[in-house]
Amino acid sequence: MSNLKWRLVTIVVALLASVAFLFPRDVTVKRRGEDGLLHELTERRVPLRRGLDLQGGMHLALEIDDTKQVVAKPEEALDLALKVVRTRIDEFGVSEPVVQRSGSNQIVVLLPGMTDQSRAEAVVRDQAFLEFQITDKTQALERVLPRLDAVVRERRLATASGRAPAVTPAAPRGLQDLLKTADTGRQARDTARVDTAATAGGAFSNLIQQGGMPGEYLVKSQDVATLTRFLEDSAVRAALPPAKEVLWGTDSSVVGNQWYKAIYCVDTRAIMTGANLTDARPNTSPLEGTIVQFKLDNVGGRRFRSETGKHVGDYMAIVLDGRVMGRPPVIQSAIGTDGQITMGGKDLAAAQDLALVLRAGSLPVPLRVAEIRSIGPSLGEDSIQKGMRAGLLGIALVVVIMIGYYRFSGVLSVLGLIFYAITTLAFLAAFDATLTLPGIAGFILSIGMAVDANFLQFERIREELDRGKTVRTAVEEGFRNSWAAIIDTHVTTALTGAVLYQYGTGPVQGFAVTLVAGVVSSILSSVFVVRTLFLLWLSRSRGNQPLSI
Amino acid sequence: MLRILHNTRFDFIARQRVIGIGIALFLLPAVIWIGISTVSGGLGSAFKLGVEFTGGTVVEVKFNGDADIADIRQTVTALYATAEVQYFGSPRDIVVRAQGRTAGEIESVTSVATAIRGVLTDKYTAAAFTVGRTEAIGPRVGAELRRNAIIAMLISFAVTLLYLAWRFDGRLAVAAVLANVHDIIATFAFIKYVQIEITLFVVGGILTVIGYSLADKVVVFDRVREILRKGTRTALTNTLNLAINETLPRTVMTGSTVIACLIALIALGGAVLRPFAMVLLFGIVIGTFSSIYVASPILLLIERRWPRHDGETKGMSRALAEERKRDRGDKVDMAAR
Repeated sequence: MSNLKWRLVTIVVALLASVAFLFPRDVTVKRRGEDGLLHELTERRVPLRRGLDLQGGMHLALEIDDTKQVVAKPEEALDLALKVVRTRIDEFGVSEPVVQRSGSNQIVVLLPGMTDQSRAEAVVRDQAFLEFQITDKTQALERVLPRLDAVVRERRLATASGRAPAVTPAAPRGLQDLLKTADTGRQARDTARVDTAATAGGAFSNLIQQGGMPGEYLVKSQDVATLTRFLEDSAVRAALPPAKEVLWGTDSSVVGNQWYKAIYCVDTRAIMTGANLTDARPNTSPLEGTIVQFKLDNVGGRRFRSETGKHVGDYMAIVLDGRVMGRPPVIQSAIGTDGQITMGGKDLAAAQDLALVLRAGSLPVPLRVAEIRSIGPSLGEDSIQKGMRAGLLGIALVVVIMIGYYRFSGVLSVLGLIFYAITTLAFLAAFDATLTLPGIAGFILSIGMAVDANFLQFERIREELDRGKTVRTAVEEGFRNSWAAIIDTHVTTALTGAVLYQYGTGPVQGFAVTLVAGVVSSILSSVFVVRTLFLLWLSRSRGNQPLSI
Repeated sequence: MLRILHNTRFDFIARQRVIGIGIALFLLPAVIWIGISTVSGGLGSAFKLGVEFTGGTVVEVKFNGDADIADIRQTVTALYATAEVQYFGSPRDIVVRAQGRTAGEIESVTSVATAIRGVLTDKYTAAAFTVGRTEAIGPRVGAELRRNAIIAMLISFAVTLLYLAWRFDGRLAVAAVLANVHDIIATFAFIKYVQIEITLFVVGGILTVIGYSLADKVVVFDRVREILRKGTRTALTNTLNLAINETLPRTVMTGSTVIACLIALIALGGAVLRPFAMVLLFGIVIGTFSSIYVASPILLLIERRWPRHDGETKGMSRALAEERKRDRGDKVDMAAR
């Protein structure tokens, strides 16, 4: 009987260990509070990690954008980009973010609880290349305007736009702007009208007018898309003044009831870049609205001081990823290590994001979003509830079938099933697997499959009893003879589970993990636990008491 | 003791012809249908593929009241002509799909989702609905996933084939895997008939069917092996029939518990899991059917067509010799008649 005792002790230990793995414990999570700072919070919960589809959140896959430039060593560049993205995401303040490489060409970012798509996308994707450029005060752009008009006429750029459908603007940013103005139809009509007018006079010069400072020009909001298209044309770009470039600003202003967007002509050479930046903090100032204050290191500060000293009285454009941030301030005197960027009417969240992007450094290669999946938190709750209900019904049905068909032996098999369910969940917790919606489905399904081993065993025992064997021999033979079939069926299921894990992504991998954890638990529960329960019954039963099976 | 299908003596093998015709009647229209749509529009159009495979955008929207689907469809198709708008589980839930090239042509994958949300906000105000789920997948990712899904299916065949060949022998393994291929083709035919959208979940379901169906065949063949080892002088047909009959209670009972769980999932698991559970339900039923009616006839066919040399797997050659004896006996009977 020492054999039986040993078996029972093992089962109890396994159960206790499983329960210990599943017992709610304290977990430290990083979360961004109301004040915009990161806090370490302690939460008490069951240590089963819920997938994004269950708790809500966002899944982003990023890949190198090689449409504009050829990336020499994509593998290395991706490794560097991974570090930058990770730093940015860590500062972003989502609890338990995951940033990892997937395959040879992708970075996968998981942001639990995050649903603001455009913000997450911008933080991950912005290159954060900061430059300080002096605005042009030589009226260089005015001097080439006739030439630009001629180019636009030659290339028939103005008329070509008449055919462009309203829903496919040249740039995605344009599309978003269209939506923000919330009147797609009128916008498109206006653009078309302006185009016909433009063909008559100076197509290019009609669109812009002198702004309030040297090098600043204003463009009517409905002309922005047209001018953007002109500026993308290679012939137009070739006709721009040498050593100067034309950049859009982020500011817009109102005169009467007409919105204007600023565009700037600046020196191509930057007097300073963000490479020497050491710190950046968001702030609000009553005069300029939200701002980002930054600090430069000593080398950068020295260079900045000498460069700004040469340009006293000039206007300095602060350029981030090719966009002029706010209105260029005038340089009063030489600036040292401290400076600030005016956000131009954007809210504090935008300033926070910009500050953290600047702090975390710039991306070595441009990235683009290849895949984005986002799930609202209520949908996740809903999925959990539905999964729970389906699971309970499934378990109830299986219990009814087992006990209805096998009576007392069925009860033993249900006890084995309880052991199975607890250990499977413990396996998932122990290996820090993520529980996803397909994972829950897989778990429910595996309950139906876990009793398969019991069917194999019990039918065997019945056959042996039919042959007139005693209960004790029948049980022994039944368990022994069903072993081969049990191991083969479990291995085939585990093999397909492994393949599924290897080639699946995200939620489907969660399904595969549950399947494999279920296979291991199922073998333990049927071959060891249920058998032990039978041995226990045999040890208690009198001489030739019949077995209820 | 409650018993179903106890000590049955069905001659499953004898009904080969009827079964064969039945299978052909089910599979042929689907195969022809799939073939025609492949020829006319490429492999991608043969099935309704999810955005994860084609690239594109899905936005799931929950309205506060019942949604006017015709109105929403008009609003969305004004923006993307090829977008699909459907109910999703309830009259309040709407799913918008902008698939393939429409979405792929626009540089940023997220802009489509933003645009769809934008037109809906303009039309119904932001308070009228909440966006539950957004999925936007670039065309490159889609192609990669499609390739991976096919590779996964082929590899799981190869791996299980190797395992079974090692545990049993090559012929049994080939018969089990061929019956399995039948299950997969039948499952795809079902997907085609019912027009289920093939998503990653559904592919996961198909792979689970592969695992389950193989395990089911393993149980029967395990019994065949056992009977052969005993060395009784019976024809292979009888051995196969005996093995199927003896494992029949287990086959049916396991099928019933799994199906019970699947019915629970279909009834209460929600709209996301329903297609997955339906594919599994069909796959489990067809897998159980083929364990009984398809796998063994295929084995018989293989053993007859390519008889084994003497000394190789004693039980099997003895059973085959008996089989031939019986075949001759049948012919004698026929001649006598």
